[in-house]
Amino acid sequence: MSDGPATLVATTARPSRIASVIREVLSRPSGFIGLFLVIAHVLLALFSPFFAPFDFKAMNANAILSPPDATHWLGTDQLGRDILTRTIMGGRQAILVTAIATPLAVAWGGLLGIYLGLAGGRLDDILMRVVDAFLALPWILKMLLMIVTFGTGIGVLIPTLAFFYGIPVIRIARAATQNIVARDFVLAARARGHSRVSIMRRELFGNVRDALMVEGAMRWSWMLLAFTSLSFLGFGVSPPTPDWGLMIADSRNFMAIAPWPAFAPVIALSSLIIGINLTADALAKALGIDRAQAAVH
Amino acid sequence: MLRIFIHRLLLGIATVAIVSGIIFAAVEALPGDACTAILQRDASGERLANCRRELGLDRPAATRYAEWAFGAVRGDLGISAHNNKPIASLVGDRLKNTLLLAGCSLALGIPLALFLGVLTGLRRDKFSDLALSTIAIFAMTIPEFVTATVLIFVFSIWLGWVPGIVTASASSPLSAFFPGIVLPVIVLTMVMTAHIMRTVRSSVIDVMSSDYVQMASLKGVPYWHIVFRHALPNALLPAINVIALTVGWLLGGVVVVEKVFNYPGLGHYMIDSISDRDLPVVQAIALIVAAAYVGVNLAADLLAMAFNPRLRTLKARSP
Repeated sequence: MSDGPATLVATTARPSRIASVIREVLSRPSGFIGLFLVIAHVLLALFSPFFAPFDFKAMNANAILSPPDATHWLGTDQLGRDILTRTIMGGRQAILVTAIATPLAVAWGGLLGIYLGLAGGRLDDILMRVVDAFLALPWILKMLLMIVTFGTGIGVLIPTLAFFYGIPVIRIARAATQNIVARDFVLAARARGHSRVSIMRRELFGNVRDALMVEGAMRWSWMLLAFTSLSFLGFGVSPPTPDWGLMIADSRNFMAIAPWPAFAPVIALSSLIIGINLTADALAKALGIDRAQAAVH
Repeated sequence: MLRIFIHRLLLGIATVAIVSGIIFAAVEALPGDACTAILQRDASGERLANCRRELGLDRPAATRYAEWAFGAVRGDLGISAHNNKPIASLVGDRLKNTLLLAGCSLALGIPLALFLGVLTGLRRDKFSDLALSTIAIFAMTIPEFVTATVLIFVFSIWLGWVPGIVTASASSPLSAFFPGIVLPVIVLTMVMTAHIMRTVRSSVIDVMSSDYVQMASLKGVPYWHIVFRHALPNALLPAINVIALTVGWLLGGVVVVEKVFNYPGLGHYMIDSISDRDLPVVQAIALIVAAAYVGVNLAADLLAMAFNPRLRTLKARSP
């Protein structure tokens, strides 16, 4: 930063801040590795259909559970399908669904949380009881009830994940807002007679944004955990679409004779989730937010 | 103190009441009811109407909710649609098994987490902290079914040390679950330890850099005396609430772990009941889990207040 007058700094602060946050994330080993893993996974999800060596649903009766060799680099599964192909395509559904649902969850949970933190009163009391009630139910029960009622298509999973994973965001945004509503610049805006919407937009949003960004990164990893767990249990992606959770579930039956079908999806899924969390961790440190304060799931 | 206690208790009861309403409404919205589950393919016309009249399903939803809620308060959770047995005993067996699983994990995980949390907090940014904190991120974010699958492969199939699956039935005596319980306990302990450890770590760092600890240090109080007498009593307080959240998660979120290891607990039963459309059982389990979550968190709040007088006067909001 230069030592120029304050007005100059203020006009250039916005673009340079984003750049400096990214630079700071990349300067940490965890941030660099994490961001690399996430970007690699997203690119793979986007472009894997173009260079997958086999058709993901092509079965080969002559190569059932065959170990890795020159043709099938990672071997084949119990139906003779190529595991390399299915692994590089196995994250597409999960990444697509969660990458859409996460911003939705952060947006609605964040907006409602900021509003409740600012407005307070009877509405706040009542809605926070409802939020507590939802948080008292295990995520898997909520998800399964929705899936049993409406099915497992992307059209159901995206809004369902966005809804349930937005609820804890309300809490985070509300708490972050309550920390700053008593500060002078908010009081000044109130004294000037600004409306609540204007205060939210001009005074609060910029101050809560950092907390919401870190929260969003963590929600993303938890959504992935939920999505793949549901697939693993047989309530998510339906065969023959390749999916890591489903592949790991299938591989368990043959593990004693043929363990290799499990390796690739385990590594793929773990590396994505670890990548997201390393990035979230580096982001939290770059923005000066204590990540450990967040609640369990 | 008593006033706050009553206030918190009422809030907790209100939360459980709202949960019961949500559960009832959600189950009500599901396609099919207990009668379509009992009659299955014969569920049509006269027989369906008869069955609904017999079970009282033709009455308005509000009446049935009131009956269900008052029954639940008295410990009567209704009848399973799947095999006509009272739910209280079916759920009781599984609850006992889940409590065994959760109890073993907590007994192992809490001391481990406190130790590692204090260690990493005191050795902030040193190699041991960075290594353990990174492992903690792995442990708490990799899905349970992935960890479980890897552990089964290594310790059960490859090394052959412990069984990879629990074969005991729901009503077996507790001793029948050993040694099959070992791997599920390890999976749960890993996740739990990571969460608690991170909170303890950040709270230890907070307290160790506070003014009164600096003051003690400047006065020449020995380091370990500062740690154990001055810092830890304050630093470990936030752990109470995280442990409570973890216990709540253990009672409900062990679903995947129980399913992977075929462990006959509450979570496994919940999935089976949802698959079977055994709605009265789903309602009962959801209510028990939610009540346990609220109860444990209430207990943690009160415990934190007992240890920290400041919380009693600050009129702190529920966390």
